[in-house]
Amino acid sequence: MKTLLLSTALVALGLSPALAGKAFVSNERGNTITVIDTDTWEVITEFAGGNRPRGITVSPDGKKLYVCASDDDLVRVFDTETYEELPSLPSGPDPELFVLEQSGKRLFIANEDDNLVTVTDTETRTILAEIPVGVEPEGMGISPDGKFVVNTSETTNMAHFISTEDYEIKYNVLVDQRPRYAQYTADGTRLYVSSEIGGTVTVMDIAEDGAPTVVHKITFEVPGVQPEWLQPVGVKVTEDGSRVFVALGPANRVAVVDGQSLEVLDYILVGQRVWQLDFTPDQKYLLSTNGNSNDITVIDVAAEKAVRSIAVGQAPWGVVTID
Amino acid sequence: MSGWRQALCALTMIFFSGQVAQAVEVRAAVLRVDYPRLLPVSRHDLRAGDIGFAGAALADEDNGTTGRFLGHTYQTTTHAATPEEADAALDAILADGVRLIVVQAEAEDLLRLTDRAGAAGALVFNASAPDIELRDAECRANLLHVAPSNQMLADAVAQFAVWKQWRNWFLVEGSNPADQALGQAFRRAAAKFGAKLVETRIFEDTGGSRRTDSGHVLIQRQLPVFMQGARAHDVVIAADATDYFAGYLPYHLWTPRPVMGSGGLRPVTMNATHEAWGATQFQTRFEKLTQRRVAPEDYNVWLALRVIGETVTRTGSAEPDAIRAYALSDSFDLAAFKGQKVTFRDWNGQLRQPVLLYDGWTTVSVSPQEGFLHQISPLDTLGLDRPESACTAFN
Repeated sequence: MKTLLLSTALVALGLSPALAGKAFVSNERGNTITVIDTDTWEVITEFAGGNRPRGITVSPDGKKLYVCASDDDLVRVFDTETYEELPSLPSGPDPELFVLEQSGKRLFIANEDDNLVTVTDTETRTILAEIPVGVEPEGMGISPDGKFVVNTSETTNMAHFISTEDYEIKYNVLVDQRPRYAQYTADGTRLYVSSEIGGTVTVMDIAEDGAPTVVHKITFEVPGVQPEWLQPVGVKVTEDGSRVFVALGPANRVAVVDGQSLEVLDYILVGQRVWQLDFTPDQKYLLSTNGNSNDITVIDVAAEKAVRSIAVGQAPWGVVTID
Repeated sequence: MSGWRQALCALTMIFFSGQVAQAVEVRAAVLRVDYPRLLPVSRHDLRAGDIGFAGAALADEDNGTTGRFLGHTYQTTTHAATPEEADAALDAILADGVRLIVVQAEAEDLLRLTDRAGAAGALVFNASAPDIELRDAECRANLLHVAPSNQMLADAVAQFAVWKQWRNWFLVEGSNPADQALGQAFRRAAAKFGAKLVETRIFEDTGGSRRTDSGHVLIQRQLPVFMQGARAHDVVIAADATDYFAGYLPYHLWTPRPVMGSGGLRPVTMNATHEAWGATQFQTRFEKLTQRRVAPEDYNVWLALRVIGETVTRTGSAEPDAIRAYALSDSFDLAAFKGQKVTFRDWNGQLRQPVLLYDGWTTVSVSPQEGFLHQISPLDTLGLDRPESACTAFN
C-alpha cells in the first residue's frame, strides 16, 4: 500500500506528456496491474486489476487495456492514460488468455473451465459466439490476415484452427503435452505452438489458405537444468521472423531460436518461472514476466542479453506494451 | 539423436487435418472391490458411493472431448463387487469384450484379478493398491500402477522431513499387516535419505468403533500417555494404513512436534484444494460433473483412463498390447496437474509422479523436494528404483 501511495505521488510530481512508451504487467496474485515507463524503466504506478488478472492486451490505438480477470469471469477494461476502469466486457467463465483481432473489434477469449472459446464484440460488449474446443483452452493466436484464430487446449493437446468468418474449426493439429501459446510470424507463413509439459515448440508451415503442416519440433537443453523444468510457455517472433524467443518457465530462461534453421542459439537467464513475453513496439526490447521472483526482465533484442530487471507486483503473469 | 528420430517419426504420425480421422471405439471398465471397513477417523474421509467411478466419468468426458476431433469415442463402465463377487464381475467385463480394466482392490485380489484378466489378454491398471511387492517380485507384465507405492509415499514424506532438517524420527506404527508394511517403507525411506529412527512404537489396534458420543475425551487422555518418554525427536512419523489412530496424533502428543505420514501431513496423489499447475480446472470440472470434491482414488482412476486416452490419441489404437507398448515407451508423456510430465517406469510398470503433501487443509508441499537428484529423473528418487526392484516381468 505504501509503495502504491508512493508511486502515485511520484506520478503526480513527475507528470509529463505521454511521450514515453509503457508496459502493463498483470500480477496474478497481487490482483494489480503494474505500469512501467519503457524509456526510463521506472515503475509509474500499480493499480487494481480485478481478481486474478492474467491475459492482457491493448486496443490497436493503444488507448484501451484489456485484462482477463479470471476469477471475476469477465474482461476488465482500463484507460491506458488515466488507468480508470471502463465498462467491462463479458468473457464467459474463467477467461485466461485472449487475442484481439487487428481491427480491435472482436476479442477471442479462451475459457479454461468450459472448453470454449468466447467471441466478444468490444464495441457492443456482447458475446457473438461460443466455440466448443478441446479440454482447457488456453493459448490464443491470430493469423496476420485475421482469417484464423488458433486456440490451444491444454489437456486435449491440440491447436484448433478456428475460422474467424464462420467460427468453425477448420483444422486440428495434435501437439505435445499442455500447449500454452500460439504465435504466428508477421508474414503469416509460420506458426509456433509451445507445449509446457511436453517441453517442445511445434513449428507449422501455414499455407495460403491457412492450412497447417507440422515441419519441426524445437527441443531445449540447458546444462545443469533438469529437462523436466524446461517448460516452454510464452513465444514471440521478431517482425522479420529471424528470431524466436521462448520463455521456459521454471528453467528461468528465455531461449533464443534462429527463425530459419530453428536451432536454439542461446538461453538468456531471466527471473524465476518466466511465462509470458512481449516486445516493445519498436522491437528493441523484449520483456518477460517472472512469476516467482515478482519481477520482469528487460532483454535487449539485438544484443540478445538481459539488461535489467524491474520489480513489479505479486506473481506477474502477462505483459503488453504501447508506444 | 534417437530421440530426434523418434520425434520426427511422431511428427508424421500426429498431424491430422480434420477430415481423415479413423474411428476408434475405446471401451474400458472400472472394477472396484469393496471391503468391509470401519468408518474413517474423520468424516472428511468418508468414502463416497461413487469413489473412483466419478474419476472415470470425468475421464470419459475429457477423453471424449479430445476424441470428438479425432473420431474416437470413449465408454467406461463401472462395477462394484465384494471380494467374493470380484472374479465373476471381472468375467462379465471380459465377456463383454472389454480388455482395458482399471481395478481398485487390495493386493491379493488385484493380483488374482490381474492374472485372470491377463489370460484373456487384458491390460490392468492398479488405481489403489500401494503394496511394494506388486512393483517388486510380484509384478505382472499386464499390470500398470497408477497408484503410487508405499515406498513412493514414504519417500515423499521423508524428503520433506530431510529438507526441513527434521532428521530424528519417532515412528509410530499400527499393528495391522498393512500398517506394518507402510512402517517398513518409512524405515527404508529413513535409511535412504539419512534420517534416524530414534524411537519406534506400535499402537495396537484393539478394534471397536471409531465413532463415540464422548469423542475426543478418551483420546486426549490416552494418546499423550502413549507418546511420553520417547527419546528426543524432531518429528512423529505415523504408519497407519488402516486409519485408526494416526488422525488423532496431531495436538495429542507428549512432546509438541509435527506429525507426518498417515496423520498430519499426508502424502496423496491429489486433494480437492490443489490448484497449482492448472489443477483448478481439474477441480472445477470434477465438481461440476460429480457434485462433490475429488478423492485421491478418483484422481487415480481418472489418470489411468487418461493414460489410455492419451495413448489412443497418439497411436489410434485401443488394443491392450499397443497401449501397453506406447505407455512404456520413451514417446509417452502425460500432463497430470503436477507441474511435470508423468511417465512409466518401463521395468515395473509404475507411473512416475510427484506426490502432494497435504495437511487436510491445503497442499503444503510437493515431493520430490529440491536437491534430491537422480540420474534418470528426479521422480525416480521416489519409490523402488530399478536396481532395487526384483521385478522381471518387464524384461
